[in-house]
Amino acid sequence: MSELLRTPLFELHRELGAKLVPFAGHELPLHYPDGILAEHRWCRDKAALFDVSHMGQIVVRGADAAAALERLVPGDIRGLAPGRARYTLFTDDAGGILDDLIVTNGGDHLTLVVNAACKSDDIAHLREHLEPVCRVEPLDDRALLALQGPAAATVLARLAPECVALRFMQAAELELAGLRCRVSRTGYTGEDGFEISVPADRAAKVARTLLAAEEVRPAGLGARDSLRLEAGLCLYGHDIDRTTSPVEAGLAWTVGKRRREEGGFPGAARILRELREGPARRLVGLRPEGRAPAREGTEIVVEGAVVGRVTSGGFGPSVGGPIAMGYVAAAHAAPDTPVLVRIRGREEPARIVSLPFVPHRYAR
Amino acid sequence: MTTYYTKDHEWIRIEGSTATVGVSEHAQEQLGDVVYVELPEVGRAVRAGEQVAIVESVKAASEVYSPVSGKIVAANQALADNPGLVNEDAEGGAWFFKIELADPAELANLMNTEAYREYLATLS
Repeated sequence: MSELLRTPLFELHRELGAKLVPFAGHELPLHYPDGILAEHRWCRDKAALFDVSHMGQIVVRGADAAAALERLVPGDIRGLAPGRARYTLFTDDAGGILDDLIVTNGGDHLTLVVNAACKSDDIAHLREHLEPVCRVEPLDDRALLALQGPAAATVLARLAPECVALRFMQAAELELAGLRCRVSRTGYTGEDGFEISVPADRAAKVARTLLAAEEVRPAGLGARDSLRLEAGLCLYGHDIDRTTSPVEAGLAWTVGKRRREEGGFPGAARILRELREGPARRLVGLRPEGRAPAREGTEIVVEGAVVGRVTSGGFGPSVGGPIAMGYVAAAHAAPDTPVLVRIRGREEPARIVSLPFVPHRYAR
Repeated sequence: MTTYYTKDHEWIRIEGSTATVGVSEHAQEQLGDVVYVELPEVGRAVRAGEQVAIVESVKAASEVYSPVSGKIVAANQALADNPGLVNEDAEGGAWFFKIELADPAELANLMNTEAYREYLATLS
């Protein structure tokens, strides 16, 4: 196994007493001394600071970079105004998902934020299809911080008052403690919040400045996972991957209107067909009626037949009970459908529910 | 009353011919926030090393094994209602079950408090 990478905040994590674990080739905090539940709740109540520097930040430059990127994703990128961000997907020719990402129009370039585990494949994919017309530049010298929660805007506004002018899925270059940072009003928790891209050598200083606010506490991967699950947000490699299509995953909304008419993205045949006819299976929310969590891989059963599997499952701290997401045959995907989940050989009652489990509170 | 420990981080406190079993303070710390506990049925006969309970934290599910053979005579319903008790009082109020010992000689296979402390030191 190759050496684990450390983010620019590694020393800070140690200082804060983090429990560090390997994740996507990086050594990252699973949680700090407060623990996952407390970190989760703090994010819903105040503001949590996450180190997401492991994620890939990539700049794509060149005339018509948006049109070029559209050859790889089903999203409307040409229609993305400067300063706007959009969630989209790299799809393959079979209509599967290679990665999910956020694309931001930076004016004379596009910025992409991709999953850590997919980063090198994504860069190779972009280079293969976009170069030499566009330049693909991985931003290896930048850290990424996520400040998430209802107090995030108040805290960040003390450093950069202009940040409150940003609405959800908008981005700008702002001066933060004397440092130019790319700030976007995005996140992965369902809460209002910001993601801040900073030069690696200044990241710890920015993080310390944010943590100095009484509303802010650090949070790790554990809380990040329970927060995104409650928010019904897909985790690549679990809820979505090459075997799942955007329509099955409930991500049909990412397929732009113009793209539906024009096609011209990988897997368009399958994706457009599923948009017309409906997919064979759908990603749904699940609420077990008991207290036992239905973890990833748990079989979902209707009348003795396995109709699907849990792809993400655990305890929802804000929900106060077990929650899960998984794929079920389309016939069983309607909210309120009673199903059984097979936990350690026992069949426990559960119900299909609509996502998210906890309403989003974005600053729209 | 003597308390013994297993390598799987259960504790067992002997009170005559019955014993009380739970997970150690160390186990509790490693688990993190406990959100679910599945207890054995009273009356069940178990063998030493047999899986008898489940403890789930936010992170993952872990199995709890019986340190000794015997018959389950009580299960701590307080844990079913308040799994977080495991984090608060792992070696006290958060006991999992009581068991009637089938063979007290099995206790010789377990660690006393000091031996367990030494064992923990080898883990870190």
